[in-house]
Amino acid sequence: MSGVDLPILLPEIILALYAMAALLIAVYGGKDKLAGVLTWTTAILFVALAGVVATRNGVGSIAYDGLFIDDAFARFAKVVILVSAAGVLIMGHDHAVRRGLGHFEYPILATLAVIGMMVMVSSGDLMTLYMGLELQSLALYVMTAIRRDNLKSTEAGLKYFVLGALSSGLLLYGASLVYGYAGTTLYSGILSTLGGEVPLGLLFGLVFVLAGMAFKVSAAPFHMWTPDVYEGAPTPVTAFLATAPKVAAMALIARVAQDAFGAIPGDWGQVLAAFAVVSMFWGAIAAIGQTDIKRLMAYSSIAHMGFALVGLASGTVGGVQAMLIYMAIYVTMNLGTFAFILSMERDGQPVTDIASLNMFSKTAPLKALALLVLLFSLAGVPPMLGFFGKYYVLKAAVDGGMVWLAIAGAVASVIGAYYYLRVVFFMYFGSQVAKLDSRMSSVQWVMLVAVAVIMLIGVVNLFGIEAPAMAAAEALLG
Amino acid sequence: MASIILLAPLIGAIICGFGWRMIGELTGQIITTGLVFLGAALSWYIFLTFDGTTQHIVLLRWIESGSLSTDWGIRLDRLTAIMLVVVNSVSALVHLYSFGYMAHDDNWTHDESYRARFFAYLSFFTFSMLMLITSDNLVQMFFGWEGVGVASYLLIGFYYKKPSANAAAVKAFVVNRVGDFGFALGIFGLFYLTDSIRFDDVFAAAPKLAETQLHFLWADWNAANLLGVLLFIGAMGKSAQLFLHTWLPDAMEGPTPVSALIHAATMVTAGVFLVCRMSPLYEYAPSATTMITVVGATTAFFAATVGLVQNDIKRVIAYSTCSQLGYMFVAAGVGLYPVAMFHLFTHAFFKAMLFLGAGSVIHAMHHEQDMRNYGGLRKKIPFTFWMMMIGTLAITGVGIPLTHFGFAGFLSKDAVIEGAYAGSAYAFPLLVIAAFMTSFYSWRLMFMTFFGTPRGDAHAHDHAHESPTVMLIPLGVLSIGAVFAGMIWYGVFFGEEDKMRSWFAMAPATEHAQEHSTAGEETAATDAATAETTEAAPAVVAEASAPEAHAAEAPKGAVLMLEERGILHAAHEAPTWVNLAPFVAMVLGFLLAFQFYIRKPHLPAQLAAQQRPLYTFLLNKWYFDELYDWVFVRPAKWLGRTLWQKGDGSLIDGTINGIAMGIIPFFTRLAGRAQSGYVFTYAFAMVLGIAVLITWMTLGGH
Repeated sequence: MSGVDLPILLPEIILALYAMAALLIAVYGGKDKLAGVLTWTTAILFVALAGVVATRNGVGSIAYDGLFIDDAFARFAKVVILVSAAGVLIMGHDHAVRRGLGHFEYPILATLAVIGMMVMVSSGDLMTLYMGLELQSLALYVMTAIRRDNLKSTEAGLKYFVLGALSSGLLLYGASLVYGYAGTTLYSGILSTLGGEVPLGLLFGLVFVLAGMAFKVSAAPFHMWTPDVYEGAPTPVTAFLATAPKVAAMALIARVAQDAFGAIPGDWGQVLAAFAVVSMFWGAIAAIGQTDIKRLMAYSSIAHMGFALVGLASGTVGGVQAMLIYMAIYVTMNLGTFAFILSMERDGQPVTDIASLNMFSKTAPLKALALLVLLFSLAGVPPMLGFFGKYYVLKAAVDGGMVWLAIAGAVASVIGAYYYLRVVFFMYFGSQVAKLDSRMSSVQWVMLVAVAVIMLIGVVNLFGIEAPAMAAAEALLG
Repeated sequence: MASIILLAPLIGAIICGFGWRMIGELTGQIITTGLVFLGAALSWYIFLTFDGTTQHIVLLRWIESGSLSTDWGIRLDRLTAIMLVVVNSVSALVHLYSFGYMAHDDNWTHDESYRARFFAYLSFFTFSMLMLITSDNLVQMFFGWEGVGVASYLLIGFYYKKPSANAAAVKAFVVNRVGDFGFALGIFGLFYLTDSIRFDDVFAAAPKLAETQLHFLWADWNAANLLGVLLFIGAMGKSAQLFLHTWLPDAMEGPTPVSALIHAATMVTAGVFLVCRMSPLYEYAPSATTMITVVGATTAFFAATVGLVQNDIKRVIAYSTCSQLGYMFVAAGVGLYPVAMFHLFTHAFFKAMLFLGAGSVIHAMHHEQDMRNYGGLRKKIPFTFWMMMIGTLAITGVGIPLTHFGFAGFLSKDAVIEGAYAGSAYAFPLLVIAAFMTSFYSWRLMFMTFFGTPRGDAHAHDHAHESPTVMLIPLGVLSIGAVFAGMIWYGVFFGEEDKMRSWFAMAPATEHAQEHSTAGEETAATDAATAETTEAAPAVVAEASAPEAHAAEAPKGAVLMLEERGILHAAHEAPTWVNLAPFVAMVLGFLLAFQFYIRKPHLPAQLAAQQRPLYTFLLNKWYFDELYDWVFVRPAKWLGRTLWQKGDGSLIDGTINGIAMGIIPFFTRLAGRAQSGYVFTYAFAMVLGIAVLITWMTLGGH
């Protein structure tokens, strides 16, 4: 340990200090009355830190003998995490207050989760990985169950916790196997032992570690918690679950696969490809039967994670770049969609059933149009941005010699288009049952419309995201 | 000046087509007509003052792609000058005529606007046709070629409420596609072999092409012949030659001014123009020219036979057009390109006039087109009658035998027949017989329409009235051409070789022969050439200073007539009985028609009854439509229906729907059941997943 390494961790340290200070002030200060202020300061801090991280230069620094890595890849992921977390916090606040959920702990828990995510994407050692993962997960468990008096919310929290513990177990078991065969938990150390014949025990370890992480991105068959938790958790929390943690976990998989097991891409590549195919199809097929829009979004995120994994499975620089672009677009789309879902209510009560969207285009044409754009984008209809995300990952798969995977992805996206378009159908051609109110705070409205516009005009050059994503991917693959 | 001529109708079409709501229908009509008249005046100016030297006027850079680089340019030479006059004059007169003809139309209700659309189409057609004839390269020509095709489609189907008009328009378009395919292949082939689509480069390479072999389909062919044939297939489509002629009679569904402009005077002659334009290539493609001669002669004969028995006044003239186009192709096929252009030139006048006259008759008879319902109209519409009479005298070729005095058709048709005598033993008899039949059906038309007693609806006959002046002026103007065009320009088109060669800016005859002897004599010869054809001086000097580049240079002039073929001399030296033959055929045809339709009007019906099979055979146009329907249309429809109903409907839709409605919902239900809500189920799924992965890793992974 040396003081030289501290500046490298500065963003994480600032966040941690802020979280503790905010906790103390809130507990001894105004408690829930401070929730609003805390939410906004947290969001502003996130954005500010995102700016700091984004402007950091240099090829990458390694702290604490490789335990912590700060390179272009980590920075890219951190910026996406911070910005999306900030977005979710401010757009969910209004909803939370109205539902009596304006607890001051909420932004603080989110901050802690974000710290965990940042540690995850910067991890250079299996121990750092686990620490970051658990910090994130524990915060998320609590957030899921934050509505203590609600049966569904607590059930969701408990399910998430129990299954999360199981997945952590799997991960730890895998880590111990890897340590046993490689003699080290450092990624670079593991990589250096991978010469010649790879012992089967190490591969088992790899599979367990991947399975543990797959749980976090809710890749099938480790996805079962997702619909229940998404439905049970308060909607702002669901929005949070669907965005930042997914980016962090996906980046973590890339980090482990490439940094620790980069010498055997064939082995983890096929595992990831299997996850990808099952996720894409399961997500698409199971979503068709859903009547609740939050459950629908759960399956949607399962399918989307499948697509992101397609990029990773190819094992190339282009694949990692495609994954990063895909995740950035995915997060943006989800921000817009959840901004709308947060606003759905009838007679002052939140509703989430899809049928309530019937003939919504008559009630609010602009919002319906914006949602239509988002759903088209989620389905991957050109020229919306969502199409380009899919295009990049499928192209990466083809370039990586996995044509069959690309074909499977294309087929799955066709099936998936059905349930997105079904929602559009309800909005424009359905039969009126009961009118849906959509009471939106200005933040939500701006978010919804802005994201819809982004989906449309992003065609021009994807907001120049290609170059940083490429730099990040190159930094990871070295 | 040439660019003004080219662009004026386009501007008119755009203003009238898109702007008539703002400026009003009548203004639009006046603007288009005025602009085309301007073009016509300038065309005549160019035609009369033009010295024959080929000019290249570049308008803009058009295509730049690899080794293909093309300007949008105007090639102004004698051929273009002739065509400019033909196209713009007829178009201007047809525009004027349409003021009257389209004033009231029963196909439209009162509140529907159609006149501006009609005039815009006419002007658009004129522009496309000008693009075709002024083009400096093959692709630009193809652009014009397709442009007139589109205009033709739009105008044939102008009465789009009539199913028959739509069918005719589609038929014209589709049949032309067959020809255009050949044309396009020809262009590809030329570009493939010469790496250029500019006429000059292609012409310069023609002698070399004659020695090149090209593999196409199943065999090796002589390149010049193959490309010549392919281009001619394009010409066959556009000019309605045998096998691709079926669209032309049906095209009469369009308004009559359209028939006069597009389907008589201009567009259908594009094929003849193409062959003449490509004469430097055809001079080296003997087999292709033989084919042109044979197809042309056969068409002339075939169309004339069908024309004998048609009852629709416009169809008679349509088959007549088809037949006359055959004459032109024979002239071009035997190598007398100026004669082909001569006949094209005179034909444009008298055929446009016949059509416009027929339009005037139809107009007078309230859109009745069946000649069996006419009769005795001479007194009712005297001006139209006399105009039609002049047209008939011109088309049948009335003149004083063995002199150069006669109606336009007399001089040009005789020139064609003399050329056919010299060039083809097959074509000559067919053309003479066709001349006989031409005379017969033309007089039959006259007699049935204007003589005898009224046979049709008495009411219509009583109310028959002369057309308005705007319709009669064009007739009068065209009649001047029909009378005098032949006599005035006989010398330069056919009569005198020296004049002709200088008019078309070809190398003079004697010098041309010497060019092939020695280089020493060449200098002297070019000196002589400078004296003889001053206008060609720059080119000749360039030639003399760079004799080594001579081989790769395009031949001078608008057309090329190789001295070795000697066709012109042979045609000039045709024996007297050959000169008399068409005249005799014409007189016999007239007498027979007179006998049939004036003296003994019951004879035709008797003959038709006696010769029933022959009559029906002719009446049904040799059953070409039925044959094509059976050979092409039905199988194509069957294939389409099979692919649609079985392939698309059952196979593809069936598979997709089966998956989407059967299999996917099954899995959806399965997924719903798996999502039980119990933690142990979820944990079980996770463990199961990891077990499968581990097993897979153990067995298959390594």
